Amino acid sequence: MINIRTKIEKRDKQRKPLPDWMQKPTFVVGLVIVIMFVFIAFFPGALTNQDPLEINVSEALQKPNSSHFFGTDEYGRDIYTRILYGARIDLEMGVFGVLIPLIVGGILGLIAGYYGGFFDTIIMRIIDVLMAFPFTILVIVIMSILGAGIKNVFIALWIVGWMSYTRLVRGEVMKAKNTEYIQAAKVEGFTDKRILLRHLLPNVISSAVVFAASDIVLCMLTGASMSFLGLGVQLPAPEWGAILNEGRSYISYAWWITLFPGLFLAFNGVGFSLLGDSLTDLLRRKGR
Amino acid sequence: MNRLNYIIKRILQIIPVLFVVSILIFFLLRFIGGDPARLILGDKATKSAIKALQIKLGLDQPLITQYWIFLKGIFKLDLGNSLSLQVSVAYLLKQRMPLTIKLTLFSALLAIIFSLPLGYLAGKHKDHVWDHTIRTLTLVFISMPSFWVGLLLMILFGVKLGWLPAGGWDETNFLTQLRSLLLPAITESLALTALLMRDMRNSVADISQMDYVYFAKSKGIKQSAVRKHHIFRNALISYVTLVSINIAYMLGGSVIIETVFALPGIGKLMIDSIFNRDYQVVQSLVLLFAGLVMLVNLITDILYSFLDPRVSY
Amino acid sequence: MEERKEILEVKNLKVYFPLKHEVVKAVDGVSFTIYEGDSFGLVGESGCGKSQTLFSILKLLKSPGKIVGGQILYKGKDLAPLNEKEMEKVRGKEIAQIFQEPMTALNPVLTIKKQIFEAFVHTKMTKEEKDKQAIELLRLVGIPNPEKRLKEYPHQFSGGMRQRAMIAIALGENPNLLLADEPTTALDVTIQEQILALIEDLKEKLGMSMILVTHDLGVIAEMCNRVAVMYAGKIMEITDTVTLFSKPRHPYTRALMSSLPNGSKNKLETIKGTPPNLAKEIIGCPFAPRCKYAIDKCRKECPEMIEIEKNHFTRCNRLDVISKFEGLISVEEEGKNGK
Repeated sequence: MINIRTKIEKRDKQRKPLPDWMQKPTFVVGLVIVIMFVFIAFFPGALTNQDPLEINVSEALQKPNSSHFFGTDEYGRDIYTRILYGARIDLEMGVFGVLIPLIVGGILGLIAGYYGGFFDTIIMRIIDVLMAFPFTILVIVIMSILGAGIKNVFIALWIVGWMSYTRLVRGEVMKAKNTEYIQAAKVEGFTDKRILLRHLLPNVISSAVVFAASDIVLCMLTGASMSFLGLGVQLPAPEWGAILNEGRSYISYAWWITLFPGLFLAFNGVGFSLLGDSLTDLLRRKGR
Repeated sequence: MNRLNYIIKRILQIIPVLFVVSILIFFLLRFIGGDPARLILGDKATKSAIKALQIKLGLDQPLITQYWIFLKGIFKLDLGNSLSLQVSVAYLLKQRMPLTIKLTLFSALLAIIFSLPLGYLAGKHKDHVWDHTIRTLTLVFISMPSFWVGLLLMILFGVKLGWLPAGGWDETNFLTQLRSLLLPAITESLALTALLMRDMRNSVADISQMDYVYFAKSKGIKQSAVRKHHIFRNALISYVTLVSINIAYMLGGSVIIETVFALPGIGKLMIDSIFNRDYQVVQSLVLLFAGLVMLVNLITDILYSFLDPRVSY
Repeated sequence: MEERKEILEVKNLKVYFPLKHEVVKAVDGVSFTIYEGDSFGLVGESGCGKSQTLFSILKLLKSPGKIVGGQILYKGKDLAPLNEKEMEKVRGKEIAQIFQEPMTALNPVLTIKKQIFEAFVHTKMTKEEKDKQAIELLRLVGIPNPEKRLKEYPHQFSGGMRQRAMIAIALGENPNLLLADEPTTALDVTIQEQILALIEDLKEKLGMSMILVTHDLGVIAEMCNRVAVMYAGKIMEITDTVTLFSKPRHPYTRALMSSLPNGSKNKLETIKGTPPNLAKEIIGCPFAPRCKYAIDKCRKECPEMIEIEKNHFTRCNRLDVISKFEGLISVEEEGKNGK
């Protein structure tokens, strides 16, 4: 006798062919925004034919109009074009600012969590000391030591960023270390390296990746903040934070220099955040 | 008595960390920062002028001795003088710290006032309209750059509408101080409000479904009592922890906010000193920030031990 | 036989859980009556709706559960349409509830004293009176050193003690009816016995009636004078305990009984298949897919409850075929069956 329930379940499955992730509107919206961002970053020329660095004083400080969608700055440069060309810089700050900490921090966390002992203690002590500072202050201090410029922004982000990943991965590894399937792998005689790479890594990495998605926003905003303060990307590079800094001098009458770069920062930030949030939900549902 | 021991233990733990921090920052700034004397006098200075200044500032002595002087100075609260501003560093810090503290606390207060009720509402009506609205707001708030929001608020309320000062610090009385800090505090509180709302929402949603809430209801106590003693009381645990972690973060954010709104606090002092290559100030500030953060962490731990009886010392 | 006074009458209770894509009919037309002094057992597999039936009496259903139909008459008054404020008057004072898992049923951040004091909400008492009463309650449930225990937190108690504390709290204002949801399932076997004995004792002492939800027929045999067997949100058979164990008529009840270990060397009989999905429409008798007596009629028509003898009700289309006597005990003998 066929179980009525399985028959009905089969029928329902046929009615719903969309995979999990496509059903979630937040994920789709986030993905679309990020894709748009990446496109603009790599192909700014496709959306504008002006030069982001071209100075044209006669057109200085124009309000947004048909030939300059977002207006111009004090040197007559088209804000719209500058924003488009700046996208790549901010995207890079976000993504590469996270990538190295994710990898390095993750590896450190794996080793510290798995082997424990002296190495673990040292790492955690270092983290304790470094975490005694507010994140921004630490970045600023490093920037002050190294000097301005985008290269140093990356270095600062890397020095400060790895800690969160190490703590995260270490915590997950320590939890997973005592689960039965890891014990079983040990008993079966797998080498430590193999256990780490094949068994532990795939399971602990998901939470790190989800954290990374939101961290991209943080890195991007921090990089933009540094540029805003004058420590990071230097003008005339059209980084969005730097443009905002430029706009400060004209804040009372050229509001467009302030509005649009920040709008783009916020918008893309929301895109990555949506992605990160919906990834968290999806992972939680998969019964991680 | 256990708790007192725990507190003392924690205070003692802070000292070595601060010690390490002071070493790090002192030597880093010296090694990489370059010679302060030359930096002050500029490239055109003569060798003898530089030498004279070096002796005056004690820079000719071995680094270890300089560090020792620095360390001694901390205990006597003599941190040297600001090279650019010609006043004692200790004076500078004392003068500017209150503003930053006020700003941070004000921001935290705003964040708590808004996130508590909104987060509760979102959690109580999980998956319904309120919840989705608040979750969307949360996302947007976290993703916005604080300096941009600050600038926009300044344009709108300061320049265009003129309701509030567009930056600057008016120390005259409580009211003027409040007006000076309002826009900056709102700006700074946005991200924290978002995070706190989300946390309260999750806590309330989870806790409302816990057996002990239903058992409490089954005794026939009022809904307000259930809310206060069972739901909120338990939600506070993670909420309070989050507040204090973020106060530390907000101290860092003060750098940006104070720059945007031209507030003379220690955040702006940090930036100015860095640009002026005023290392005496920078190294003291770094220590101060580290100390503040550790203080906040200590207070959190103590609060936590009161809130959650399951914690063992 | 004298007429016993009714204390609770549940009439055609329906509890549904509206989820995102479907509605789960957890309780689908349940009716029974509790008389004063009863220990009434609700027994069935996981998911049969017994716990939800219990929770709905005090309107303590977990979200998104709702009572969508029927009546719950306590001393003649219908509780189903009451709002929270009105229910507050009933809860604790008239009807109290204890939960399955004592660790999660007690607030981890409040002292036991505070949690007991909460139970006194309907009675005006001075602090000294509350203190005294709290100590008495803890003593009543067999917790040693109650003065010291009052100031402690739940995590400092052992599992059995927590359960005792929960019982003490529930009985704080001497309710007339106690609702017990699987009170021993989460406990060690040795503790189970103690707690059951305690509940029995308290029930006598305080003159309460009780509804006991469990999946364990042994607990029913030990504690209850009347039983209802539930399956797929409906009651299949309802009668007094002795009759249930000696003359079960419903195929499901019989299958349950024969799946109990009885000390013989035969293989344990199991009931093939699984309970139906309560989110889908169930046509016919819900037990039909797994029933060895089922015929076509059973798959088309859900049978109504009928009284097959005095105070013995069941719903089955095949009663004429199912023999009258096939229980675990013979009618003359009374006592525990093998647990």
